[in-house]
Amino acid sequence: MRALEPWVEAPLQSFLAESSARLTLLMTTSGQVVAQHGFGRSLDVMTAAALGAGIVASTEELARLMGAPRFEALVHHGSRQSCMLAAFATPRGRWIGLVVFGQETSAGIVQLFFDQMVQQLADAAPREQPQVPMLAENFEHELDASLRALFGR
Amino acid sequence: MTPVQATLDRITRIPGVRGALIASTSDGLVVAEQLMDGIDGRAAAALTGSLVSRLARTAEGAGVRPPVFLHLRGEDGSILAAPGIQELVLVAVVGPDANLGLARLEMLDAAGQLG
Repeated sequence: MRALEPWVEAPLQSFLAESSARLTLLMTTSGQVVAQHGFGRSLDVMTAAALGAGIVASTEELARLMGAPRFEALVHHGSRQSCMLAAFATPRGRWIGLVVFGQETSAGIVQLFFDQMVQQLADAAPREQPQVPMLAENFEHELDASLRALFGR
Repeated sequence: MTPVQATLDRITRIPGVRGALIASTSDGLVVAEQLMDGIDGRAAAALTGSLVSRLARTAEGAGVRPPVFLHLRGEDGSILAAPGIQELVLVAVVGPDANLGLARLEMLDAAGQLG
């Protein structure tokens, strides 16, 4: 498990221990990765983050068209692996969690402990640092730095 | 009243029962619930569903039949669970003064009719 900011580590570690999730990715709604567990290659993280952010944006737009409030979570049930995608509010803005889990756990367990992690992240987030807007000219540099930090290279 | 609601109503009428729910053991989600305020049905369904499915796998691994009734006793009450067919489990949250014998009989009978 690797996180860009240390305060994310304890809530994420607790979630991983309780939920038995195989892969977990925390990112901003723009697809900037905050923490990851289980991914072996940076390319997989980039792809999953981009796809996850795109899916959340699509479902939120669908909800808006339907005049419904935002969907809380999206769960794809597979025969061997399942995937949950959920957006949530943090003091650092809106984030997205992408969780892949197998038959050793269940959607109910993953959702239960995911909600606990969201609460723990809200409690742990430092308030003093303002959110810095991502500028287009810095994007590539920021992305490279994030991936190096997440994969320890 | 639907059959599921009738099942939950039958269990919650037992003295000392604080709530009952039907959960899916495969995904740990609530199918139906009838709970007093303050009882987190989602947590009960997820954790009990997980426990029941793990116990079933344990029993299978040990070459014995899966449990037909679970009683988790705590300081302030108990969780009772009766697995039914189609990966459903009937769960009751009971206080320390509940009539456990009656609850067990009713739950075993009701669980046999689930699905």
